[in-house]
Amino acid sequence: MKTVSVVLRAGLRDLSRNPWIGTYAAAFFLVTEGLFWFGGTGPQVVLSVLNVVLLVVPLVSVVFGVIHVYASREFVELLLAQPVSRTRLFLGLYLGLVIPLAGAFIAGTAVPFALHLRAGASLGVVIALLVCGVSLSLVFGGIATWIALRTDDRLKGVGLAIGAWLLATIVYDGVVLAVAAAFSAWPLERPMLAMMMANPVDLGRVVVLTQLDAAALMGYTGAVFTRAFGSVPGLAVASVVLMLWCAAPLALAARRFKLRDF
Amino acid sequence: MIAFSHIRKRYGARDVLTGVSLDVRPGTVTGLVGPNGSGKTTLIKILLGLSRADAGAVWCDGSMVDGEGDYRRAIGYMPQIARFPDNLCVRDIIELMRALRPGADVDDELIAAFGLHTEFDKTLGALSGGTRQKVNAVIAFLFRPQIVVLDEPTAGLDPVASRALKDKIARVRDEGRTVLITSHILAELEELADDIAFLCDGSLQFAGSVDALLAQTRETGLEAAIASLLRTRASVRPSRDVEHDVATTANATCALQTAGA
Repeated sequence: MKTVSVVLRAGLRDLSRNPWIGTYAAAFFLVTEGLFWFGGTGPQVVLSVLNVVLLVVPLVSVVFGVIHVYASREFVELLLAQPVSRTRLFLGLYLGLVIPLAGAFIAGTAVPFALHLRAGASLGVVIALLVCGVSLSLVFGGIATWIALRTDDRLKGVGLAIGAWLLATIVYDGVVLAVAAAFSAWPLERPMLAMMMANPVDLGRVVVLTQLDAAALMGYTGAVFTRAFGSVPGLAVASVVLMLWCAAPLALAARRFKLRDF
Repeated sequence: MIAFSHIRKRYGARDVLTGVSLDVRPGTVTGLVGPNGSGKTTLIKILLGLSRADAGAVWCDGSMVDGEGDYRRAIGYMPQIARFPDNLCVRDIIELMRALRPGADVDDELIAAFGLHTEFDKTLGALSGGTRQKVNAVIAFLFRPQIVVLDEPTAGLDPVASRALKDKIARVRDEGRTVLITSHILAELEELADDIAFLCDGSLQFAGSVDALLAQTRETGLEAAIASLLRTRASVRPSRDVEHDVATTANATCALQTAGA
């Protein structure tokens, strides 16, 4: 694992000095702190920040990720010419991308909550919010890496990344609502649960909702999920599926990295 | 020391290498030349394991090149394009490379020759293309590799750095190590290369010493000899391809002559 740690350290050093990562952390800090500033209570702030997280974290992770992987192409070739294993090199590169993204999100979001401990947000809810953001960073960082390794055309890659984000965050909920409306006479709870598990953004939402007990505020699938599973089992199932979602694009990207020509 | 055997490689519908067999003599500088798109970089990438051949085999330092990367301990590589993470310093890159090859004997001669010490704490994004290319060259020679693979090494270097690099290549050869070098600058190869391998349209048209090439083509310079090979090749190909050949050969000769000028 020496290769992984060496390449990871270099990635962390590079992206920790990247101004966009600093801006990303600062943006979450300003949003969260601003919501407290305007008088929000803990749960209200969590819900508001959750809406931002569900849109912004996938977008930044997938677009920044795909651009970063393309920009690293020649450097990756140089690293591959060293006596290293492809799989270990890939892991180091992937972690060097997603850890700074997740770290910037945590720093920007956790600090305001720590500064406003008396605002009423429980530790469990805040942790669920952070787990949601970190998971989405891992999932969409993996998707970005996979897209950039699949497509040599950079413009097409960025387009696919934005398409993946649109699909997961906006189009998908519309499809779910359309299905619900079209088949309203049928028992839809199980299909809805399956559809929710097929989208990491919905899953991330449920991880937080099961802690907040505010499912009805956050869309049809969230309400169905919480009602079906209850709070604790729902969180466990959502967490397991979310972990699978983190692993799936990573596995696809790792396989692509191992087999592709550079 | 390096042997390519019947290497075939296809990208989509295009045959990039069509059964290339080449032995690179140990302790020599071998110049790999050919027009743009002739397959030089692909051949190098197959040697380095960056690309996989569709058919054929490569032996490097006695072991067959496969998916494992251990054989690359013997290889130093200088790619044509020098791009590094913008926010890392030169020092970070050198330390990264050292960490990837723990225990390797370090040769920092080129760092001094290029005067890179003054740039060590600058981020690579702030450096010029030429300075980044110097970093690339330093990395290629840093661990005293038995085989040095250089892809267009002097492109982008100033004359002083270019001279220092060429002197280094000559010293490495004198130490009995092997250098494989691609370049469009034929005058440079004339100065450095012991052997020439000439690729065109994915097949090897000539492999041998520079003297043998000059004798075969009855020319006095490398540039004229390569142009002669291209003319000969055009004249022996099937008549149905004549029109295509003339255009291809004219372009290829033009590309070589322009680059060599």
